[in-house]
This record gives sequence, C-alpha cells and structure tokens, in this order.
Amino acid sequence: MTDQSHTCPMTASNVIETYFLEHRGKLLDIAAFLDRVDRASGAPDAKGDFLIKALHEGLRLVASDEPGRARRLLESLSDPTNEPIPAAHTKSASGAYDEKS
Amino acid sequence: MHYIEPHIHMISRTTDDYHRMAMAGCVACTEPAFWAGYDRPHPEAFADYFEHLTSFERGRAARFSIAHHCWLCINPKEAEDVAFSREVIQIVRQFIDRPGVVGIGEIGFNKNSRNELTILEEQVALAVELNQLILVHTPHMEDKLKGTRLTLDVLDAHGVSPDRAMIDHMEEHTTRLVRDRGYWVGMTIYPDTKFTPQRAVDTIETLAGDRLWINSSADWAYSDPLLLPQTRFEMQRRGHTEAMIQKVLYDNPLQFLSQSGKFKVTVT
Ligand SMILES: [Zn+2]
Repeated sequence: MTDQSHTCPMTASNVIETYFLEHRGKLLDIAAFLDRVDRASGAPDAKGDFLIKALHEGLRLVASDEPGRARRLLESLSDPTNEPIPAAHTKSASGAYDEKS
Repeated sequence: MHYIEPHIHMISRTTDDYHRMAMAGCVACTEPAFWAGYDRPHPEAFADYFEHLTSFERGRAARFSIAHHCWLCINPKEAEDVAFSREVIQIVRQFIDRPGVVGIGEIGFNKNSRNELTILEEQVALAVELNQLILVHTPHMEDKLKGTRLTLDVLDAHGVSPDRAMIDHMEEHTTRLVRDRGYWVGMTIYPDTKFTPQRAVDTIETLAGDRLWINSSADWAYSDPLLLPQTRFEMQRRGHTEAMIQKVLYDNPLQFLSQSGKFKVTVT
C-alpha cells in the first residue's frame, strides 16, 4: 500500500468538524439496530446469524488504529473463494459471505 | 461547470430527470444495457430494447442538449441461460454500428457462476473482434471482490488493452486491484447502502483522480440521477481545485469514451 498521508486537502480538525455529527449519527444507528434485534422475537437465535456475526467482526475492524479500515471491512464481508459457483440460484446478494452457502 | 454522466439507465427515468440533469450541467451521458427488473421472456425483446436505446432515448435527451450514447450486451443477471444469451449476442451484432453505440456493456458477473463466465468470455471475445470498448459491471456486496478478480482474468486472457476497459462499481477493496493491472476504475454512487459521495471523493483522493470515472447508475430502483452534482459539491467543500473537479467529472470520461470514435459531447 502506498503512503496515503496528505491526500485529503482538508486539515484533520476540519475533517472532524465537518463530518463528526454525521458519523456519530451513523454509529448510533448501528447501536439502535442491534438493540432492535434484541427486542424482537427470536432474538436468541439471531446471535448466531451470519449477518450479525459479520457486523460484529466489522465493528472490530473499524475500531482498529491502522489505516485501510474501509478496505479491510469490505474484504471481511467478501466471498474469499476463487472458483465460479456451479449455477446461480438467486440474483441478489445478502451483504456478507455465508460460509454455509 | 459541465459534466458527463457515463453510466445511467435513462429508460427507467422521467423526462423531468433529463431536465434537472441539464440544469445541473450534464452535457452527455452513456446508457449501458442492463436488467429490466425481470427476465425478458424472449431474446427478441432485446431488439426492442436496443431500438429504444439507439433512437427514442437519443431524441429525448437531445431536447435538453444532452448527447445520449449507449452500450449493448446481454447483462450478467440474464446470462445464466446460455442459449438465450447467445441469441441476444447475435442481436447485439445487428445494432453495434448504430450511431451513439460506444461499446459492449455492461457485461460481467452477478453471482460469479460458470454460465455467467461463459457468456462474459463470449462477449469479451465479441468486443475484441469488433474492436469495441468494454464496460464491466461487477457484482454487488460479498460477490464483488471475487467477481472483479475473475473478470480481470478474463480480460487479460483475451488480450484486452487495459486502456479500453472500464471496471465499474468499484469500492475500497477493489480499486487497487484494478489499478495495479492497468484498467480504468469506475465508481457508482448510491443514495444508500453501497457507496456515498464522501467515499467516492476519498477514493478519488487516494488515486489522485487518475484513470477513473464516477457515475450514478440511476435506474428503476432507489437511485438519484443528481448524485454527480452532489459529488462535485463534496469535492468543492473539501477544497479541491476546479481543474481536479473538471478532470473527474468531464475530462476523464471524455478521454475514455473518445476511444470509441463515436462519442460526442454536443448533440448531433
Ligand atoms: Zn448499470
């Protein structure tokens, strides 16, 4: 990875000032979403849902100090295999790779 | 400032959208052939579709001084049926020399299946045979990284010049892969869930604005044909120069599309 420092024309304090409230709101949305799952019927089973597990793993990556968080988060949600699948049975994607699929 | 919208499905949009795009500075657009939201019942339906793209849509855009162009293909979402797809490819041959057709697209993978691979290879071979530009659709979400890798392997294997292929719908985990192999990077901005103006500008910054384009890919789904002016505003508020903004929104798509020999920014 090439050095990405100084590629954004703003100062760091400018970036924080401009975007903090927006991202504070997005973080709260995630917290409220996880609370909503807990309040719903069938909540104990949802703990093992691959999408919820993927989100928890994603939160761990986001909390990292290393740059490249968005890339690593997307990689963690990706199908790691290399071979084409035998046939497409659906047209849509779920948002995270399900190892059991 | 003028801009080019290089990936938008105007067949799904209203005339009001052309009006609003023109007022925001859009002078030209290109419309890739794609999935209609349902599988077409007959290959002949594509002849109607290509007729629409190459005649009616051009005229509708011209009323707003937007030079409309299109790409033709069988899209990956309908490519699971190989025999059906091959019939559509024959129809593509009949329309490819029409005015305003700038290449083969958007081709690629949807679920990374074997049949999708077969049809992608045949359409890449068609583009090479007819000396056409290629616009690649990459799969969404968890399928994107794998689909991008598989696509680049197909393009390399067919000897496609990286200058002449745009790999679209890129995100942070695929841009370097595409750039390192010399291809153009396309980024699609969505109103929700996939890629925002802020992340697009982040990526523009890390790639120094070179060999990339951005688009809204607005279609019949939840989307917004004015996401390019919105992204221009995001660049302005970060303090990017007018020269940099013009490079991303106008010069780069013009440079890539001009290789087709059929792309014009003024209505003819
Ligand atoms: Zn599209």
